[in-house]
This record gives sequence, C-alpha cells and structure tokens, in this order.
Amino acid sequence: MRKRIYLDYAATTPVDPAVLVAMRPYFNRDFGNPSSLHSFGQKAKSALEGSRNVIAGLIGAKSEEIIFTSSATESNNLALKGVAFANRDKGNHIIISAIEHDCVLNTALWLSKQGFEITQIPVGKDGLVDPERIEKSIKKDTILVSVIWGNNEIGTLQPIVEIGRICRKKNVLFHTDAAQAFGKIPIDVVRDNVDLLTASSHKIYGPKGAAFLFVKRGILLTPILHGGGQERNLRSSTENIGSIVGFAIAAEIADERMNSENKKLLMMRDKIINKILRKVPDSYLNGHPTKRISNIANLRFAFVEGESMIMELSAAGIAVSTGSACSSPKLEPSHVLLALGLRPEEIHGSVRISLGRWTTDKEIDYLIEVLPRVVEKLRKISPFAR
Amino acid sequence: MYSEDVIKHFRNPHNMGKIKKPDGIGKVGNIICGDVMWLYIKVGKSASRRKKDEEVIIDVKFETFGCTAAIATSSMITDLAKGKTFEEALKINKQEITESLGGLPPIKVHCSVLASDALVEAIYDYLAKNKRPISKELEERHVHIKREKEIIEERYKEWVGKQEEVVGEK
Ligand code: FES
Repeated sequence: MRKRIYLDYAATTPVDPAVLVAMRPYFNRDFGNPSSLHSFGQKAKSALEGSRNVIAGLIGAKSEEIIFTSSATESNNLALKGVAFANRDKGNHIIISAIEHDCVLNTALWLSKQGFEITQIPVGKDGLVDPERIEKSIKKDTILVSVIWGNNEIGTLQPIVEIGRICRKKNVLFHTDAAQAFGKIPIDVVRDNVDLLTASSHKIYGPKGAAFLFVKRGILLTPILHGGGQERNLRSSTENIGSIVGFAIAAEIADERMNSENKKLLMMRDKIINKILRKVPDSYLNGHPTKRISNIANLRFAFVEGESMIMELSAAGIAVSTGSACSSPKLEPSHVLLALGLRPEEIHGSVRISLGRWTTDKEIDYLIEVLPRVVEKLRKISPFAR
Repeated sequence: MYSEDVIKHFRNPHNMGKIKKPDGIGKVGNIICGDVMWLYIKVGKSASRRKKDEEVIIDVKFETFGCTAAIATSSMITDLAKGKTFEEALKINKQEITESLGGLPPIKVHCSVLASDALVEAIYDYLAKNKRPISKELEERHVHIKREKEIIEERYKEWVGKQEEVVGEK
C-alpha cells in the first residue's frame, strides 16, 4: 500500500489502543444509563464519576466542577452563552481575542446579535495577546473574558496566568479554550487563575463525542440544553459513558507522558521548521517561535496557494491542512492568520503541520524532502515566483 | 471531492509556463478568493485544411496562482483553445471547461470563470494591440474583467513589483 503519513493531529487524533480497550465494555456490557437506580445504571454511574474524578485531579479541580459535554464547541458555547445569560443583570460586555476558534468567535458574534457587546482584542504579529490590552478593555459592565490557551492554527500559547490574574483583580470571569493545550501543557486551574476551561477528548487520543467544561464552584451558568437535569442540571442528555471513560483514560495517559512526548515532538517540530525554512526561499514561520504548543508548526510559502499544496502533498501520502481561502467553505482566509497582520495572498500559502504520538523521524524526514519539491513545482506554475 | 480528470490536469498541467514573445496576454484575478491567472497566446495562420489561412490561436500557455481547480481549469482551457479561431475560442465558457474536466465541486466553479476570462483578455489584448475591430460584446466583457483585475492588482502590488524587478535585472 502507498505510504500514508498523518500530520494533522491538531485536527483530530486516532484513539490510543489502550483507550479503545478501556472504553469498549461500556458500549455493550456496562451500557447502563447512569440515571437508572438498578445495577446496570449504577455501574455506569460509578464509571462516570470515576472519570470525572480522574479529570478533575489532572487540572487541580474538584470533581463537581467538571461538566461533561459532547465537544469543545459545546463547552465553549455553554461557557459563553451560559455566563452571558446568567449575568445579564451584572453587565453585557464580553472580551475575546481575535484568534479564538470559530466556535468561540461565532458564539460571540451570535451573542452580539442578542444585545451583548463584544470586544475583540487584537494580537501581535507573533500571535500573542497582550494582557495589558485586556486590562484596559475591561469596563464596569464586563462579565467575561475568553482567550484561547493554545491556538489551533498557529499553536501559540497565551499568557493565561497573567490574563487570569488581571480578571481576578478586576472581578471578571475568565474562560479559556484549552482544546489544544489540555494534555500537552501542565494545567492547574487554581494556580492559573482560570474560572472556566474547555477541553476535548479527540485531540488527545480519546474518542470523539466527549469533552468537558470546568466551571469553578459558585459560578452560575444558564444551561443551553434542558431536560433530565444531568451534569448538575447544566447539560441535560444521557451521558456518553463510553466516550467519557475513554476521555479520562486518554487524559491520564497524556498526563503521564507529557514530558517525554513534548520533548520528542518539540525536537521534531523544530527540525521541520528549521530545515524547511532553510531549504525553501521565501518561506516563513507563522506565530511566535517558542511560545507555542510542542506539536504545531504553521509555515507560509510565498507565491503558492495552500489548497494546491495540500493536494500535492496528499498525492505523496502526506496529510496536513491550510488556512487558505481556497480551502475554506466560505472562501475566506483564516481569521487567525489575518489577525497576525498577514494579507490574504500571504495566507494563501500557509500550511499547518501538526505532529502526534505516532509521528516518526522517518515521516518527518520524508516531509522535509517532499514539501520543498511541492513548493517548487507549484512555483513553476505561479506567475509570481522568480 | 475532485474528479479524476481534475487531479490529472492539476498534477500534470498542460501548456504551463510563459510564451517568450506572446501576441496577446490575458492577466486576470478572481475577486472571490484572490487567485491570479496569466495566459499567453501566439496567433498564426491555421495549418489545417478546414480552416485554411484563417487566423487561429496556434500556441497558448498559462501561469496560475490558485487552487487545484484553478490550475486544472487553466490547463484545460489551454487544451480547448489551441487551434481555435477567435470566434470559436470566445465561445468557450465555464460549462464547457467544467464538463471537459468531469465536473467541479460547486464552490470551485468560479475558478473556471477565471480561465475563460483569461482567454478573453488575451484575445482582446491581441486585437487591441493590432488595432483590429473589437465587437461590442467583447468590449463589455473586457471592461467587466478589467474592473475585477484592478481590485486584485491592488492586493498583489508588492509581489508583481518584485517579479518585474527581477525580470528587469536579467
Ligand atoms: S482559486 Fe481559490 S478557490 Fe479556486
């Protein structure tokens, strides 16, 4: 079979075999509904609470502060809408960064149509939010600040602790979307001054369909889903027990291997960045060179377009992604790259390479060999290249 | 999502590159996503018996900055235009290009418009340069395409400038 190399781990990850084994019984043997009082239900219930304890322990939270949801998108929706509607009497101003994931950005846009005022904090050329700008934007009626911890496109890690400190001082709730950061950097919600935090299972070798929102005790949220009152009445729905169990195991594994995996991925990531930038003229790194997640490199090549790069790479068996307008369903360039001050034509040539648990040196070497060739080939077709 | 023919043309585009002293150049941009296509034509007398002595496009080449579909449609239009009279060439539209490629995803149809626009512009350029009569219809198409191009050029100024600098040094 033709070689297939997956370098799109920031999009989603395969489920770790150990996770798959651990979650399997909950689909047919211990399949009960955790709300049922009989033994089937109670077995599932104890697995659910066990998973909650594990996850809470990993981020320094209390078990009852973890709300399981179906996706990071749902968690982010619940955080923003939940805080917004529960605090309407206190104020209607919400602050987000300009490089939030679509699900935070579009939730904020929707809230702006419901009468909330949204401020977007710009980022620097390196993709970092300046905490001082957040401090200056906080007003009397600000109820929430939400900043993505690790950016999904360029991988930059924001100064979350500092932003949290400012929010605490100003008495404003602070939410962070840690979908890319959870499992890859140590998180302690108490030390890091976080009030609400989103994390997702399928980014850390768990199954899709499970995520959580950490909600610090005492914070009131208006639920989005109404029904049987599961998850402290904040998220009605029969719990997706198999996926939740898998999520907790995946989180445990990620935590255990965090240091060794980061070390490996960082070396591979920097090797890619250094070699490619050296080999390919007019190529650049998007985002801060060091303040970034260990597994994401976002590179930019002048004079060529990303969708065609993806297709050429895919023909060579390599799977990566791009922020080019041509590949987006709305034909719009990535708002994250726009926020870095890049022009649409520069964004056209951007490629995100994201590594993971099963990435090998051989795969990296193959990428380093193929990618420059692809750029060269497309530059021969481009009117702009020399 | 792409047909086999699209991928074939994309991976091995036909007639790619520049023509040294072209008789006409069509430079177009796509205001939807910002892609650019340059098309060069060489005009001459037809060698075929059927069109004996008629003026036809004897050679055509392209350069494209754009997606898979943009490159594939560029390649396809060069195939379609070769050997055609102006009248025939101006009739090549997005339907014909798309069908010849075994279809395009709906969101990519605009890329094929870029290709037919480039051909229109190359022919217009040739006719205008040689002070030849230009039909009202062609004039209108040219004005419309030019307006879009101006918007794109504003965006790409820096790169186009760079390129011309390099050309100038040689
Ligand atoms: S050239 Fe941008 S979508 Fe085809």
